Amino acid sequence: MQELDIAGLGSVRVTRKDNNVVVIEKGLATDQMVLAMGPQHPSTHGVLKLECLTDGEVITEAEPYLGYLHRCFEKYCENVDYPAIVPYTDRMDYLSGMNSEFAYAITVEKLLDIEIPRRVEFIRVIVAELNRIASHLVAIGTYGIDLGAFTPFLFCFRDREHILSLLEWASGARMLYNYIWIGGLSQDIPADFTKRVKEFVDYFRPQAKELYRLLTENEIFIKRTIGIGIMPADVAINYGWSGPMLRGSGVKWDLRRNDPYSVYPELDFKVCVPDGRHSEIGDCLSRHLVRALEIDESLNIIEQCISKMPSAEGFDPKAAIPKRIRPKAGEVYGRAENPRGELGFYIQSDGKSTKPLRCKARSSCFVNLSAMKDLSKGQLIPDLVAIIGSIDIVLGEVDR
Amino acid sequence: MGNSLNAWSEALTGFAPMGLPLGMVILAAIPLVFIAVYALTYGVYGERKISAFMQDRLGPMEVGKWGILQTLADILKLLQKEDIVPSSADKFLFVIGPGILFVGSFLAYAVLPFSPAFIGASLNVGLFFAIGIVSIEVVGILAAGWGSNNKWSLYGAVRSVAQIVSYEIPAAIALLCGAMMAGTLDMQQINVMQSGPWGFANFFLFQSPIAWLPFLIYFIASLAEVNRAPFDIPEAESELVAGYFTEYSGMKFAVIFLAEYGSMFMVSAIISIVFLGGWNSPLPNIGSFALNDMTNGPVWGVFWMVMKGFFFIFVQMWLRWTLPRLRVDQLMYLCWKVLTPFAFVSFVLTAIWEIYVP
Repeated sequence: MQELDIAGLGSVRVTRKDNNVVVIEKGLATDQMVLAMGPQHPSTHGVLKLECLTDGEVITEAEPYLGYLHRCFEKYCENVDYPAIVPYTDRMDYLSGMNSEFAYAITVEKLLDIEIPRRVEFIRVIVAELNRIASHLVAIGTYGIDLGAFTPFLFCFRDREHILSLLEWASGARMLYNYIWIGGLSQDIPADFTKRVKEFVDYFRPQAKELYRLLTENEIFIKRTIGIGIMPADVAINYGWSGPMLRGSGVKWDLRRNDPYSVYPELDFKVCVPDGRHSEIGDCLSRHLVRALEIDESLNIIEQCISKMPSAEGFDPKAAIPKRIRPKAGEVYGRAENPRGELGFYIQSDGKSTKPLRCKARSSCFVNLSAMKDLSKGQLIPDLVAIIGSIDIVLGEVDR
Repeated sequence: MGNSLNAWSEALTGFAPMGLPLGMVILAAIPLVFIAVYALTYGVYGERKISAFMQDRLGPMEVGKWGILQTLADILKLLQKEDIVPSSADKFLFVIGPGILFVGSFLAYAVLPFSPAFIGASLNVGLFFAIGIVSIEVVGILAAGWGSNNKWSLYGAVRSVAQIVSYEIPAAIALLCGAMMAGTLDMQQINVMQSGPWGFANFFLFQSPIAWLPFLIYFIASLAEVNRAPFDIPEAESELVAGYFTEYSGMKFAVIFLAEYGSMFMVSAIISIVFLGGWNSPLPNIGSFALNDMTNGPVWGVFWMVMKGFFFIFVQMWLRWTLPRLRVDQLMYLCWKVLTPFAFVSFVLTAIWEIYVP
């Protein structure tokens, strides 16, 4: 006697008699249900649609549908001057605008081959790392919400608020900064900025520990995330994963170390990878842990930057900004480590125009999300939510 | 206003001018008014303020001083809302779902002794009735979930039914431990058994060395029965949008919420009746300073009963704003492999204790 699954009939118990199949008992035909998760769903982090084929609570297949937030970034870039693209990069990954600007600025600077004042570099790193902390706080907080813990989310947003105030003080905007320009900054940091940043770092260290105790060490949280959505390192590399996702799979890959830019080589920080003692390497908990640990590293980086930064005497943040950007013909690929992974810009210039001939953005969220189909197979719906949350997508960057 | 047991409710039952059972109607209306008032003040406003306190926020502050009138404004908003029945919904089930849900939680109030002088219906199987009647809620949830014709609602309903039916077992066994200690299923008698000059020391929780185990089991199981965090998976907003009431709006939504707040107090009242003396004062007599005698009586009874219930609701809220949510299979694991065996253990131990230790 054996069980067969004959299409359309559900499970059928059969026996074989002289090579003929005899049906003994016909089971209840169960159908699979198509479940459209999103684009309006609380935990798809924006307008992502996942079309799931479900068998009860088990997901047999999940297909992500994108493009609900598509704003033609690349086509837009071909029609405006190089500096006008900067504010648009903010709107890609709106949770880490500084990092996106940073990536774009170093790409164009590479194309133009210009020298940047040292103080500008340090300020850029400080604001980028502050923004990285803010972005990770959102990631951790919303991950808590995905798993049903509401309070950590508000704790995260309370502390993120301080960072946003600092960045607003420096740039004049809370999320879409337009601060890091090609060759410089839109303005110098305010007089007491470094003092306030230091105050924030001192204030935030104990808060981060509290958050850690509240969420990361919570038994239920660990039970919900450990061993869920495991991504082996080799598959992660094949998918092109980057950032905390790749490090969560145990690959020590951080562009700030492996393809250093700006003043990162002078700074002392660790590349955080899970050690496998607290989580299974490559699962949702590892990815969460990497983000939690990176917050600490970013705080260290900020402190080092403040102590190493040259004084503001005779400093002009716009000194190196070219009056008219018209790169010579050629192409360039520049990349930077964003909170979500590698953000790369590929820019082609025809040498005549002040507009790029082609500007392609390699978005980390998009690439990370591509593994969704693989990760979600055979998971439960609550686990699917946990996996989406751990990928930490920003649909603004996925769709561009 | 006699001091004998159930004096108020018996007087009310007898009140029938011109042959109309007006007293019975008032008797039934008292818990209803209580649920409405408590849900508005403590349930909604209190929960918002408590969660705000836990999350470093202010909570509602705009309507009235400290936002006191916020709930009133919310109710007005809900009243104005269009009562939408989705076009492809099963209209009958969709409409009666919230009703059954509310009736399920409200019926249990019949056997809750609010005071030594007041109980809706003095049944000699009161506890049994309270355990059983809650199951009616399952029908309402299933009707709401199926009638909505929404996949998320259906998931929520199926999860909820599985959860409530499973958790009734440890909950009932844990309550039986209390019933064994009292030797009766009559809710008033269970309370009377816990009266005494020693105040809290007379409560069943402190009467036997194992009573904390069924107490804890019932508390955890009751969280699951009323769909509160960390067992709120039937209405897990991050997974199932809003569970079985995704499609509800306006007053139907309000009724579902009223039912939820009704059940919250109901389970809190039951746990305080069975393990914490219900309307008995927790204060002991200290020598000639007869604190216990001073703070007992019909009116004090109402106070203690409601305060004990509110305390457990506060703990429910506290847990809700602290803990993440369990997964469905983890929930079932907890029920069948942890709570149920321990409930049986505590059942046997309580029985042994009751037989061999006077």
